[in-house]
Amino acid sequence: MKRLFPILSIVTAALLSWGLYGALVTAPTEKTMGEVQRIFYYHVPSAWIAFCLFFVNLAASIVYLVRRSLKADALAVASAEVGVVFCTIVLVTGPIWARPVWGIWWTWDLRLTLTLVLWLIYVSYLILRRFSSSGQTPKIAAVLAVLGALDVPLVYFSIWFFRTQHPQPVMGGGGSIDPRMLHVFFVNLAAFSCFGALVCWSRYRLEVVRREVEETQALESLLEPGSVR
Amino acid sequence: MAKSSTITRVTLIKDLRLEWRSKDALNSMLFFALLVVVIFSFSFDPTAEESRRIAGGLVWVAFLFAAVVAVNQTWARELRNQVLDAYRVSPAPANSLFLAKALGNFIFVSVLEALMTPLFIVFYNLRAVGPAWQLLPVALLGTWALVVNGTFFAAMSIRTRSREIMLPLLLFPISIPALLAMVEATSSILTGEFSAKFWIVLLVAYDVVFTTGCLLLFDIVLHAE
Repeated sequence: MKRLFPILSIVTAALLSWGLYGALVTAPTEKTMGEVQRIFYYHVPSAWIAFCLFFVNLAASIVYLVRRSLKADALAVASAEVGVVFCTIVLVTGPIWARPVWGIWWTWDLRLTLTLVLWLIYVSYLILRRFSSSGQTPKIAAVLAVLGALDVPLVYFSIWFFRTQHPQPVMGGGGSIDPRMLHVFFVNLAAFSCFGALVCWSRYRLEVVRREVEETQALESLLEPGSVR
Repeated sequence: MAKSSTITRVTLIKDLRLEWRSKDALNSMLFFALLVVVIFSFSFDPTAEESRRIAGGLVWVAFLFAAVVAVNQTWARELRNQVLDAYRVSPAPANSLFLAKALGNFIFVSVLEALMTPLFIVFYNLRAVGPAWQLLPVALLGTWALVVNGTFFAAMSIRTRSREIMLPLLLFPISIPALLAMVEATSSILTGEFSAKFWIVLLVAYDVVFTTGCLLLFDIVLHAE
């Protein structure tokens, strides 16, 4: 496993630079939206990674609740933190793209609202982890992750119905996508998937090592007779 | 060993009696909701037509904030004299305790709503254009949605630092669909423009999902230590 880490880093670096070159140089400029459309190559892969990581967080939380394995909990922390970062990228690049194209920064559209609500739920998850005392954090955080996942379909249906009641701005029709664009998009998707996995993996290892250090320090302070900490 | 329904009933009666004698939760909730009504009323100063459209939002935001005030006190009361630890070591099922607390909060918030609704009608000149009887199921289902999650998250947040602020931070994001449903259902009924049926069904689904989820997971939260 440890040898895989540098290999994955090199692959990620290569894919990211290829993706960057593709997005800025080889991909053709979009006809109606112009240059700003190039943000698409970062916006959509980030969203994909964020949703994947939130799913990993749910899976890790369930594994923790069933098996009480601390490694699953470390994975849950790592995926939630990195997922929130990618979700923030989505929520920041979205309005930058929307303003020149739709003429508005924000609309209560289904996908936008669902992303925002997910972001809110996971930020509250991270705050809960930060504020609770260490012994019980894993359990109550895992419970919150499960309840948050139960919420997602309900949010989906409520906003779906909310949208049908309220007028919405028209957002670009269908139309075919240039194969060169599609090619660049898939390179970026692969690059971001590797990047997300790499960052999450590093954060996971950091979390595991941090806990080991804490445990060792606690043990040492118990073993040293004269020391008062 | 006592049946779990007996434990629920005894705990509920104890909480109601405590509240009846001290009136802590109800007084603070009532005054808080009154302040929200007054401040909103003169900061917007709506006409009858406008207030019909915005009242759904105002009413439920006021009740939500007031409910947080009450729900925050649910478990804090049990921390004194280590009552919660006694619950933990007793063989009583955790669910019956949770149900008692949630039902208690449901009664407090319903009393608050019954007392505040006339005030809303007076301050905002409200008159429903749609079928007014539907407001009753919306109020009951919506209150239960707020209270069941509120009681659960309050039990989670008593384990954290700065627990008073923790409850709204956990409760509000998860409650977004329920809140949207309550607000939209109330507005639909008041303006009579849309049918509130879908929102009532959504509230039922929300209540069923979260009541089941909370009952299944409460044991873990109570014994998390």
